[in-house]
Amino acid sequence: MVTPPIKISVQNLNAFFSTAPSLMNVDIDIEANQILSVIGPANSGKTTFLRCLNRLNDFTPTFKMTGRIALDNKDIYKEYDPVLLRRKVGIIFALPMPLPLTVFENVVYGLRRQYIKDKKILSEAAEKALKDAYLWEEVKDRLDEQAMKLSGGQQQRLCIARTLAVNPDVVLFDEPCSALDPISTAKIEEAMLKLKNHYTIVLVTNNTKQAARVGDKTAFFLMGRLVEMAETGRLFTAPQDKRTDDYISGRFG
Amino acid sequence: MISPRLTQKIAFSLLLLATLMVILPVAVVLFIIVKNGLPGISWEFLTQMPKSGMRAGGILPAIIGTFYLVLGAVVFALPLGVLAAIYLSEYSKDSWMSRLVRLAIINLAGVPSVVFGLFGLALFVGFFKFGASILAGSLTLGIMILPVIITSSREALDSVPKSFREVSLSLGSTKLQTIKYAVLPHALPGILTGTILGIGRAAGETAPILFTVAAFYLPRLPHSAFDQVMALPYHLYVLSTQVPNVDQKIRYGTALVLLTIVLLMNLIAIMIRSYFRGKKKW
Repeated sequence: MVTPPIKISVQNLNAFFSTAPSLMNVDIDIEANQILSVIGPANSGKTTFLRCLNRLNDFTPTFKMTGRIALDNKDIYKEYDPVLLRRKVGIIFALPMPLPLTVFENVVYGLRRQYIKDKKILSEAAEKALKDAYLWEEVKDRLDEQAMKLSGGQQQRLCIARTLAVNPDVVLFDEPCSALDPISTAKIEEAMLKLKNHYTIVLVTNNTKQAARVGDKTAFFLMGRLVEMAETGRLFTAPQDKRTDDYISGRFG
Repeated sequence: MISPRLTQKIAFSLLLLATLMVILPVAVVLFIIVKNGLPGISWEFLTQMPKSGMRAGGILPAIIGTFYLVLGAVVFALPLGVLAAIYLSEYSKDSWMSRLVRLAIINLAGVPSVVFGLFGLALFVGFFKFGASILAGSLTLGIMILPVIITSSREALDSVPKSFREVSLSLGSTKLQTIKYAVLPHALPGILTGTILGIGRAAGETAPILFTVAAFYLPRLPHSAFDQVMALPYHLYVLSTQVPNVDQKIRYGTALVLLTIVLLMNLIAIMIRSYFRGKKKW
């Protein structure tokens, strides 16, 4: 069996807010075109970990980190400009957060910030991104409507489309279905499974069943430490660590 | 033994009385000024030069003067105030420097307006040698309304959800682009409201223009920014205390015009605020 190439390599990552450590000695290799699910109870550092990967924590003044994170073997702090890094590593937030603009302007927001003005290029990019996010059929006649008028599930897929439009390599999902109904959740999971053909995906979720459904590999975090990471099937059927077993069988957390 | 019902009634009556006491002075002031001023208002009054030692004719130069002063103050204070607010809200970290600047702004807002007048006299009229002029007066008024504009702009910027900034940054925008496209457009109504309230304040102040620009009697329109002008608040003061035998309706007419301008500004600010509050979707 051929192992897929490593897309993101995290070595000895420690993260702090003020002086309180929220991640300790985390080592993870994220393989290209795979979905890595990250599970764990609240305050286990999942979201902090995710936001380290595109340097979104940098805007929190008290944040500090040590260790090395490499994207395509290049250090994201030393060899990437943060703005360009975020174009390669997109993120979907827990709550659908459309900007108060039209559907179309939301999708092309990132492209416009790259000074792309050509209406034809923007339209084509928007259509492709909306199709990839399984939203095109529902909004193709509503592109000029305010994005806030869409339903919650549609808004979240719009946010996915908006991220895809920038053409990233990696897409981070931060509990993307926590505010959605089961049908919308299913649509987003379907989208993720298709997207992994073209993107590397990291999915933080509180829903262990979701992790089991879509993750190729699953990592279990507890109190800022990576407890265990394995093929999803193996982690859920034969966890090596007792704490993992306790968590996935619902004995705590 | 007083019954609880009676205590209730007395308490409510007192509260109601206190509330009415707030409305009463406003109502009386408006009533007196409208009643005495309205007979003085006419097309001629608004468009003519004053005549025979301000005892007849109109108040056009004072209206135009106030207009120029307010315009100048806004042109100066709006960009400066908004840029400072953006820096304070979006860029500055919590350091002793930024705390000092914040403290300075609060203190600036508390400085009595006559002190601004003296300051303008010393700096703009004297040091920069602008003389008593529209320029000196506008700059003085501008500094006076600067805290209003900065404070309301900061409030407006802070009220834009943090998530907008995060979304914009996560899509690969620079910080400046994020401010320009994801923050500022949504803060604009608040900034506008603050500016208009500042305009209202600038239009009504006498002390800052007293030493820096206001002309006692100048029955012509200004030729340049280095010219003196008449202005409504000072004109009102002159009519009321410095010129004997002025017809009451001219005095109250002037007051009515000034009051209308200021109240109109406040009304516009309220209308903008409620319009955008209705449109706000987050």
